[in-house]
Amino acid sequence: MKQIPVSKLNELFTAISGERTLYIPADDGSGQARFTKWHDGLELTKKGNTVRSAKDLFFPQIENLAAFRVTGKEIAVLESRETGGPFVLFGVRACDCRSFEILDRVFLSDPADTYYQDRRENGLIVTLACSRPAETCFCGNFEIDAANPGGDVTCWMDAERLCWRANTERGEALTATLPMLEDGGEDAVEAQQAQTRAILERLPLRALDLAGFDREHMLEIFNSERWADLSESCLGCGACTFVCPTCQCYDIQEFHTGKEIRRFRCWDSCMYSDFTQMSAGQPRPTQKERFRQRFMHKLVYFPNNNEGVFGCVGCGRCLQRCPIHMNIVKVAKALKSNGVMSIGK
Amino acid sequence: MQERLKQKAVELLENGGADRILGWKTGEFFYDLTPAVFTSSAEIEREFVFSAFSGANLSKYLIAESRKGGKVAAFLKPCDSYSFQQLLKEHRILRENVYIVGVQCAGMCDMEKLRARDCDGVTAVRENGEKLVAETLYGERIVDRKDVLLERCTVCKSKKIVAFDELIGEQGEEQDLGRFAEVERLEAMTPEERYAFWRGELSRCIRCNACRNVCPACSCETCIFDNANSGFRNKAAADAFEENLFHIIRAFHVAGRCTDCGECSRVCPQHIPLHLLNRKFIKDINTFYGPYQAGAELDSPSPLTDYTTADCEPSAVLTRGGNS
Repeated sequence: MKQIPVSKLNELFTAISGERTLYIPADDGSGQARFTKWHDGLELTKKGNTVRSAKDLFFPQIENLAAFRVTGKEIAVLESRETGGPFVLFGVRACDCRSFEILDRVFLSDPADTYYQDRRENGLIVTLACSRPAETCFCGNFEIDAANPGGDVTCWMDAERLCWRANTERGEALTATLPMLEDGGEDAVEAQQAQTRAILERLPLRALDLAGFDREHMLEIFNSERWADLSESCLGCGACTFVCPTCQCYDIQEFHTGKEIRRFRCWDSCMYSDFTQMSAGQPRPTQKERFRQRFMHKLVYFPNNNEGVFGCVGCGRCLQRCPIHMNIVKVAKALKSNGVMSIGK
Repeated sequence: MQERLKQKAVELLENGGADRILGWKTGEFFYDLTPAVFTSSAEIEREFVFSAFSGANLSKYLIAESRKGGKVAAFLKPCDSYSFQQLLKEHRILRENVYIVGVQCAGMCDMEKLRARDCDGVTAVRENGEKLVAETLYGERIVDRKDVLLERCTVCKSKKIVAFDELIGEQGEEQDLGRFAEVERLEAMTPEERYAFWRGELSRCIRCNACRNVCPACSCETCIFDNANSGFRNKAAADAFEENLFHIIRAFHVAGRCTDCGECSRVCPQHIPLHLLNRKFIKDINTFYGPYQAGAELDSPSPLTDYTTADCEPSAVLTRGGNS
């Protein structure tokens, strides 16, 4: 375990950013936190979590895949990959750190998505343990320990010091380049963990009953009458999707710049009316089916295909950002309370 | 107030005044209310909430609800009633299928503002006159209600309920709390400063479309930006300026119809002050065509869709101070 006084954070960040790009959660113009490229003097936010999740650094909202230039009968394929170089992502919370494992299952399964893979290989993750969970936090339901997150390095911060623990070889290698880190900090970490865990135990959403969201009950859940009322006031916007650390759907579109055809991909949302639209039409014709898709994916389909791992990390962003306050917690509770999945009860 | 609304809802369901009730439904916390349709007295008793967090404007839901057969009763706050009346004016709501209960409003609260006042981890709030008593995971906090009002409520344009079948609470009046002050501040900037301001604000847009989808004035069945055949569908920006244009185009599209209900800014996950674009148009319309409030009247002509010989010349924009 290493430590450094909070007053020397700028020195630490300067050293980290020497050979790589550093991103830290900092306050933006609206007073909310977002992962921002560090520059001298940029301060770490005091907010609990960023509005946009850390997935943005590995799976950006928009990216160019390739470009095509047509000259007569010749078509030239131009590489337009912008994967950047090595970077350090500092201040990732336990929930977002788990989301990378979920995204990996999608993007790194054969055949790997090389755009995502490049960023994963370039990115070194420094997590920051939570000390002030929000009432909307429910990561504990997914066996995530907010007081002891993973990543290449784990940090804990209180008013006086930042404690630093390398977890991987890459984390050790980074630590070796940071001579300002001093030995110690174990006691401070233990004290903070005890304090945080006492709060985690009091979180209102700490104990969701997620038994029964499995293959056996898939059709029963799919056919539940509750989808109609749960989705009735859904606006069909993509706020939940775009702040979600695990939503991974994207669309590929092309754009004629006048000189060439640029093929890009951008985030998509199953809440949108043209999501997976095909020549035969829209397979999910009303908001009810679109809404159901989002929650079936996270609560049933994803765990079915991934050894029971839910497609949710309990970060609570959708709870805070949905314009009508409908969210995965309300959906899971409503489905359970309606007498479905009796085996799980 | 909540008890009077619940009583009214039950009464309407039981005496046949309405088949369905549109209101706000309880959530996991005190603040996460969801617009909902209630069909039984039991549901009303159990789940109906009207509180300082009933900010959601229910009027847009009436476009669909008024077409579902039977009669739907809806509770509308003063600003919601302007949106409702504007939708009536645009023939988007079938009036005969709707029963409106107007509800007076003391201003709605903004959870983000509350959290910012040392109330993170807030699990419950009691209203105690002008104070809010918040229980948080980190102790009890007392805040002034006026400090955590939604932006639109701090400059509330009107306490008047402009369309209703019956009222709960007092009828109110239009008022001037200086809602154009922020627009004036932007107008006083140099074009470069203003450009930088909007580029900064709009750079945070994630194109989630929450502003558009919540907006009562955005009631097209299929938005051009969702229509694959339009040639304009884009889920993300091809370049950094495109998001900016989306909002500017949307503001033009709702100009003259936007009632300044403030829902766009309330729902924006990125806290972009979108209402300022709309308010600029409202202010300009007032300047060029005389005072006009969308939704205030059912049958008055709308300045942008009406022509009179007294209308200002387009050149008026150019002559009112150069760069503004």
